[in-house]
Amino acid sequence: MNEPAPIVRESPSYLTVDTTVASWLNTRDHKRVGVMFLAAVLLALLAGGVFAMVLRIELLTPERTIISATAYNRLFTLHGIVMIFLFLIPAIPAVFGNFMVPLMIGARDVAFPRLNLLSFYLYLSGAAIALWGMIHGGTDTGWTFYAPYSTTTATAVVPVLLGLFVIGMSSIVTGINFIVTVHTLRAPGLSWMRLPLFVWTIYCTSIIQVLATPVLGMTLLLVAVEHAFQVGFFNPQTGGDPLLLQHLFWFYSHPAVYIMILPAMGVISEVVSGLSRKNSFGYKPIVYSSLGIAFVGFFTWGHHMFVSGQSTFNGGVFGVLSMLVGIFTAIKVFTWVGTMYKGAIAFTTPYAYVCGFLFFLVFGGMTGVALATVSLDAHWHDTYFVVAHFHFIMVGAAMMAFLAALHYWFPKMFGRAYPEGWGLVSAVLIILGFNATFIPQFLLGNAGMPRRYYSYPAEFQALNVASTMGATLLGFGFLVIAIYLGWSLRRGKIVRDNPWESRGFEWYTTSPPPKENFTVKPEFHHEPHDYQLGHPRDR
Amino acid sequence: MSDLLRRMLFLPPEGSAAAADIDHLHFFVILTTLFASTVIGLVAVYFMARYTRRMPDQPTPHIEAPRWLEALFVIVPLSLFLLWFRIGFGQFVAMTTPPENAMDVYVTGKKWMWKFAYPSGPSGLEVLRVPADRPVRLLITSRDVIHGFYIPAFRIKQDALPGRYTQTWFAANGPGTYPIYCSQYCGTNHSTMRAQVIVMPPAEFDRWMESQKSGNSAARDTAPAEPRRDANMVEIGRDLAVAQGCFKCHSTDGTVGSGPSFRDLYRRHEPLEGGGQVTADEGYMTESMMDPRAKIVAGFKPVMPSYFGRLDAPETAAIVEFIKTLRSGSDIGGAP
Repeated sequence: MNEPAPIVRESPSYLTVDTTVASWLNTRDHKRVGVMFLAAVLLALLAGGVFAMVLRIELLTPERTIISATAYNRLFTLHGIVMIFLFLIPAIPAVFGNFMVPLMIGARDVAFPRLNLLSFYLYLSGAAIALWGMIHGGTDTGWTFYAPYSTTTATAVVPVLLGLFVIGMSSIVTGINFIVTVHTLRAPGLSWMRLPLFVWTIYCTSIIQVLATPVLGMTLLLVAVEHAFQVGFFNPQTGGDPLLLQHLFWFYSHPAVYIMILPAMGVISEVVSGLSRKNSFGYKPIVYSSLGIAFVGFFTWGHHMFVSGQSTFNGGVFGVLSMLVGIFTAIKVFTWVGTMYKGAIAFTTPYAYVCGFLFFLVFGGMTGVALATVSLDAHWHDTYFVVAHFHFIMVGAAMMAFLAALHYWFPKMFGRAYPEGWGLVSAVLIILGFNATFIPQFLLGNAGMPRRYYSYPAEFQALNVASTMGATLLGFGFLVIAIYLGWSLRRGKIVRDNPWESRGFEWYTTSPPPKENFTVKPEFHHEPHDYQLGHPRDR
Repeated sequence: MSDLLRRMLFLPPEGSAAAADIDHLHFFVILTTLFASTVIGLVAVYFMARYTRRMPDQPTPHIEAPRWLEALFVIVPLSLFLLWFRIGFGQFVAMTTPPENAMDVYVTGKKWMWKFAYPSGPSGLEVLRVPADRPVRLLITSRDVIHGFYIPAFRIKQDALPGRYTQTWFAANGPGTYPIYCSQYCGTNHSTMRAQVIVMPPAEFDRWMESQKSGNSAARDTAPAEPRRDANMVEIGRDLAVAQGCFKCHSTDGTVGSGPSFRDLYRRHEPLEGGGQVTADEGYMTESMMDPRAKIVAGFKPVMPSYFGRLDAPETAAIVEFIKTLRSGSDIGGAP
């Protein structure tokens, strides 16, 4: 073993200050809560990924391959619920938001450390309740819970809905915590227009979480009540309105897409600036477009319902509003590319994921705008085209950002480096595997294969096989990451405090940071990523 | 060129008059998407290759986008998106506005099959026969949960809602047989809820329709065992209207009773109690039977009881079809 001598630190890091299990489970340290969330969402990712692989294997043949139709329907519901509610929604805010936001604003912790821990346990309890429901009876409604199917199905929707309700509370608590933290705990000199862009996106995300999640909670309870007591909210047999659920559900779930993608955009803003050693090409455009997404995102839900029976006029209004949301994303894309101009680019694993992110976001985003082009949606709606578009944004873009964040901040969180070569290999595997999985699905949608199909006409088989092969490659890429990151946790090279030479504020303390984040109370009298200045620790 | 693109994108054959235009928009949209993502990708790759870091703490210039460039970032994609929308929404309006002379077919979704009924007589399961080159309007409903009626070759899709009628239309190009899918997840056998649309030459279709009416049951598609299967929807509707007592309040000769007269009711513009106006189409008439108090015609009292649960979807459709025949000058249905 030829490890370099550990760097002498002024105070022990948050990892070494107390190592008992109880000290982790009772922690009020935002960094430890973030790390516990990381472990939890990675477990959810593993579970969701295994479900996805089983689905893909089932779809290798037009009829039954390994599981029954009932099992298939439960499994795609499970895949959707686990990936969206247990992985994508908390993935970046609850893990990296928790860890980085206080560091980036120069605070000692979040505003409500106890609530922060509560949020984690709410998440675990919600997951446990939902999982219990899944094992005892399962749910076969899809993650969208469209009524009256969801209120009349014989499967156990009630515990799953209650579980999601509790997870929603976790999301609201985290949101409130971040909003108050950003408002009250900024270091001296850190005005709003100097906030790191990642903090801005977490702030916008938190606003959406606090405003939209209660609507989801209420809707899920209505479904549970109708399912349990046959009260007529959604089922016309009992006097309900069959479209009401879709309006309520998408009123949350469309903004929820931005809950998943906005923090990803924040990560990319940080990684592009940090690894290019450049200030953002347009700081204010990124800030205002994030606020714009958070606001306009609330008025586009009807684009999920063009063929649902809502009026043609409504279709037009929701269509135009969806075009506007697209513009905010376009501004960001141009700004990230502009940031690279005349930079000093370190092409490392996080940067490889930035490349993947840009392609997936532009292609996935523009196919989203294409879907809002109303007449085209009539053909694509509820087909694999929508599945592919959604996965391009969610798995493509959001997952790329998650992996970029995981690699970019791995030294910050654990004080160790990951093997760069293996990192690049797995990034290539994942980006290729991802394209090979979902490009065939775009074509399946063009060909007319509806989503959630257990059996399908034989002419769709070739593309389905191609997609499954891509998924295998993708899964293999994740396996490589799991192995080398697991290894790096223990054996990775000990790094300097700022291995990327980044001027993001989170790098102004040691890596990993001490329990109290900063040994000297920080002041930020300049913008983040200001590469005209020397680093305070260098001077 | 167009056909090559269609094949490269795996699009089904263009089976309806509207399909070609929709595909052209599709090509335009997908090609601009590919172009934009490639150009952005290439610019990024160029920057990465051109501006590699030479030393760890290499300084860089402070650059921010000038105003005009920011404006360009907004204007270029926005005009492109709005152009897409302008074309797409125009097509969508045409897609949701059936021509007046369209032939009607009632479509009922139910776990897990599609039923098709023609106002003038036959009904069948899982095979929809239509004439080529004539507009066909589909009036779609469901008997249980939400289904999605989808004909990829015609590029149309419309959800089927329980307790409501939705509509879509198409004009099929030439003879052919195309698959129909259920696009909205509806339970265990969702993926086998498939049917076929058979497009026949118009003359052959007319002969088929005649043979159905004349009770040639041998040539008939498998029909469900329902009472009065020989009667057409209009006759069933008239009998139901008698049985349910509709004529106590709604006349068929234009006299105003406790409710508006059925004569010339179809597509009439009715002023509503409390302002606004409604066109008495299939959707409104169905709604008035299911939920009479939702939209009251001005000058009438909300006295009509709900027929929800007393009339099922095909029965409502039959009554609507009967009312549609009560047009001055063409008294096909025949008042009792």
